[in-house]
Amino acid sequence: MLYAHMHISSFLKDVSGQPGIGAVSALQMSRRAALIGGFCLCCLPSSTAAATMTEVGPGIFIRAAPHEEAAAANHGGIANIGFVVGRDSVLVTDSGGSLTDGEWLRAEIRKRTDKPIRHVLITHVHPDHSFGAAAFAADRPAFVGHHALRSALEARGEFYQKRLAEVLGAESAGSVVYPTQEVMKDGAEIDLGGRVVRLSAHATAHTDCDLSMLDVETGLLFPADLLFVNRVPSLDGSLPGWLAELDKLKALGASRAVPGHGPPIVDMAPAMADLTRYLSTLSDGTRKAIASGVSIEDAARSVAQSERDRWVLFDDYNERNVIQAYKELEWE
Amino acid sequence: MKILPLAICLAVLAGVPLTRASASEPVNMEPERQERWNQIAQYLFGDRKVEPTETLIKLDAPKRAQDAALVPITLTMPEKNGIKSVYLVIDDNPAPFAAKFTFGPAADAGSVQLRVRIDTYTNVHAVAETKDGRLFETAAFVKASGGCSAPVAASDEKAMAGMGEMRMKFAEGAAAGKPVEATLMIRHPNFNGMQKNPITQYFTPPRYIDKMSVSSGNAKVFDLEADISLSTNPVITFSFVQNGREPLKVVASDTKDGHWEQGFDIPAAMN
Repeated sequence: MLYAHMHISSFLKDVSGQPGIGAVSALQMSRRAALIGGFCLCCLPSSTAAATMTEVGPGIFIRAAPHEEAAAANHGGIANIGFVVGRDSVLVTDSGGSLTDGEWLRAEIRKRTDKPIRHVLITHVHPDHSFGAAAFAADRPAFVGHHALRSALEARGEFYQKRLAEVLGAESAGSVVYPTQEVMKDGAEIDLGGRVVRLSAHATAHTDCDLSMLDVETGLLFPADLLFVNRVPSLDGSLPGWLAELDKLKALGASRAVPGHGPPIVDMAPAMADLTRYLSTLSDGTRKAIASGVSIEDAARSVAQSERDRWVLFDDYNERNVIQAYKELEWE
Repeated sequence: MKILPLAICLAVLAGVPLTRASASEPVNMEPERQERWNQIAQYLFGDRKVEPTETLIKLDAPKRAQDAALVPITLTMPEKNGIKSVYLVIDDNPAPFAAKFTFGPAADAGSVQLRVRIDTYTNVHAVAETKDGRLFETAAFVKASGGCSAPVAASDEKAMAGMGEMRMKFAEGAAAGKPVEATLMIRHPNFNGMQKNPITQYFTPPRYIDKMSVSSGNAKVFDLEADISLSTNPVITFSFVQNGREPLKVVASDTKDGHWEQGFDIPAAMN
């Protein structure tokens, strides 16, 4: 998910419609509304209080997040987050969308294990994946990120922090945490004690700092936001790059994955097929618009509309995706 | 000489492309916003009267910017033969003046498109100056946030790669003797002084394209004066009247010492 520098407009829009924090009636409304197709889910709050961890594999716990924008009622918890327990230590990926969200996750970990939290992955720069990291500072873990994450955070972190604080309040938003261990192009392995995870630093795709993880023992893949399920993907890196990285992920041969947005665990093949279809439709449609002289604003309104009924929050992101694709592809 | 707008309008109607139903949001009439505009108009035009118009210039802007650092704007001037220049003003940007096109004899002043950064919820004004020296304005309200300080690229070096490279695309289907629509693309980070260098965390000094000039042979199509609000990698769509087989010539310069010139052959099919 992205609420990158430019998408704050809709961010503010969503906040203005918030009825206040933690109202039970709001939560119920959210549930009911979520059942009604075609509703603007983005404007409806939920609460992380209702969120639950799902054990998707031995020692692997994931909280699946609602498909919403960051808001006071959801504490910024709009991305899938969780942890992996090894013999010796715990690894967190991702840590949450705010300090509050991260603190919630930390409490969930402590309900299940007392093992030290030695690694916190920050899978990319977007705030819904990076701002929970501050909740783990006292554990003194290694904060692990793509080699390009630091400069991306330096460029945008302060901006994200400010906007997030406007939505959640400064004390809930938390602060920017920089990686203390960088994963280079060759990748890296982390041993949690009898349990090895393999990390890959990807070429520019969803963003310019995407990190994925493979749990070697179970073969479960953690593609983070390289894989969106049900929630419309957001493009903030490179469209041809993302399609190329998807091919590399497919080649890993994992049959199941924990997506950055969507259910806590999915079968890889259909989920990747859906995402590939959306990105290909976006790419083909944008290239065609450029070739036939369709302006960027007309392209934004028309490209990939065949995908509209297949994704939650489509209208909130697709036009922006087309603009991103257009400004990249027009120089081809 | 006084221009008779109605006569001009009828004369050029055949050449005007089909106009889209405008999706723009009406100008915001809050007193503070009106006062802001009055200040800007005074600054730009002194005591000259700036009259509202619904016909001489039209402004197409999204109600809500999808990307505040790349907001597409279309200005349409139906009575194009009477137009000398057009201004684009983004009232609440740190520097409101965004661009001024001054049309030359080879211009078809029916419309121009450009992409701008918009920093906050603001009125955007378009002003047309007629050849007889009158000023007419129209405006739209745009919801956007953070467009001016949004980082350009992962590093300043990346942002500046290929600076000055130009492309020109000509619309298909043009016939001899008819105006030709062209889109000029130029690579330039257009740093406006509000972006932070991701490495040093200092503000990158401003460096943006402030002058551009397009000619068909010796005949001017337009001169563009621009300020901090043009998007990274500016893209400008305009129309011109062909001057024989003369190539289209572009001269661009920025606020530092950048100077670029390039000629573009007009596709043979159009001659």
